[in-house]
Amino acid sequence: MPQPLNYLKETASQTAGPYVHIGLIPAMAGFDIFEKNFSNVLVTPNTQGERITLEGKVIDGSGSPLRDVLLEIWQANAAGRYNHPADRSAGALEQDFRGWGRGGSDFESGVVTFETVKPGGMTDKSGRKCAPHVNVWIVARGINIGLNTRLYFSDEEVANAADPVLNLVEPAVRRKTLIATRSERAGKAVYSFTIHLQGPEETVFFDV
Amino acid sequence: MNAQAPALRDPRLNSPEPFTPRDGGFFQRDHTIHPPAYAPGYKSSVLRSPRQALLSIENSVSEITGPVFGHNDLGPLDNDLIRNYAKDGDPVGERIIVHGRVLDETGRGVPNTLVEFWQANAGGRYRHKKDTYLAPIDPNFGGCGRALTDDTGYYYFRTVKPGPYPWRNFVNSWRPAHIHFSVFGSGFAQRLITQMYFEGDPLIPVCPILTTIPDKDALDRLVAPLDLNASTPFDSLAYRFDIVLRGQRSIYFENRTAGN
Repeated sequence: MPQPLNYLKETASQTAGPYVHIGLIPAMAGFDIFEKNFSNVLVTPNTQGERITLEGKVIDGSGSPLRDVLLEIWQANAAGRYNHPADRSAGALEQDFRGWGRGGSDFESGVVTFETVKPGGMTDKSGRKCAPHVNVWIVARGINIGLNTRLYFSDEEVANAADPVLNLVEPAVRRKTLIATRSERAGKAVYSFTIHLQGPEETVFFDV
Repeated sequence: MNAQAPALRDPRLNSPEPFTPRDGGFFQRDHTIHPPAYAPGYKSSVLRSPRQALLSIENSVSEITGPVFGHNDLGPLDNDLIRNYAKDGDPVGERIIVHGRVLDETGRGVPNTLVEFWQANAGGRYRHKKDTYLAPIDPNFGGCGRALTDDTGYYYFRTVKPGPYPWRNFVNSWRPAHIHFSVFGSGFAQRLITQMYFEGDPLIPVCPILTTIPDKDALDRLVAPLDLNASTPFDSLAYRFDIVLRGQRSIYFENRTAGN
């Protein structure tokens, strides 16, 4: 027998269940408990960059929106810098922009929204330009392990065409499942997205 | 059923300081220990499971970074579920302490990471407007809390033991008593939600959700043993629950100079 490596094993995932709101967004469960709460609003009055709304739904295999889903997003700031010590890029850090938020879908419509800024692009370890994107993590009843996907922006066609992750998606026709569509509403940019869990338009999910 | 065994740690992997920067990618996830997306015995997964293969991507800065939380995000009672929603007394139920460490696959503690937890009350009822089980709401119990791990990855909280409850899967499906956990780690690719179960619960082997896990050892690692040494005499029993997040590769040789 060779020497043992003795790595530990990752703890197994379990579904977040239908009552995920109790722990992560108690106000949606119908009560008030914490002094400070996390939310779907990432910006403060000081945040730099273009204010945007991300608005979307998660659709199941019957075509129905999930009305009990919870999404988290993680993104760089407008300068393309993540608020984390492992990001050593040169973009300016903003201490009061964490770059993370969580939102639950509306119990009737299934719509989830985030108020944030459009992130900047970044450069990967090989020096390749990465298009601006928001990382998304999805949990709900019936989802046994959190789903990872990304949102790219419809008005970044040139950057998207060169993005090293988008270019890994084959067949190429599936790349569009990762693009949020820009529109204007009351003078503000709204990016709309639809995440399909199954079917011919199934969203690309990543094993990260 | 075996409850969670003490985590084995190789002392070489457990040095307090990393010997090289650990901002390579995370260890590849071993999907054989996780429930598959499509697990028809858990009926809700049928319409909510992706059917295409996941696209494997090398970890970039987007995955090795993640949100950072601090004590400013928490309130003083956030890890005390016996007091954090109490209105006119303590909640009903068995008083328990749950404690353990958040580790990574190399055995190192994950410091300063956010752990969130939520559960039903002692009668098996959730304080949630969508829960219609006939067991009563406890006016003194909210059922959620959170803690930040210390420098060694240790966390603890106080609560009452949740009750089992019926749910619509088969007509006589019951959830074993459990506490939901949400854990962050240092990078967004470590993000994990799981559930902790209690040693000796006879509902564990017949639970359609728990048995989605194909690996028996992985299932056993979700079962917290009674930890009498951590209990408070004449006050609370204790259960121990360690959580393991993905490990992270060290960068031994830097081959590229461009970018980050």
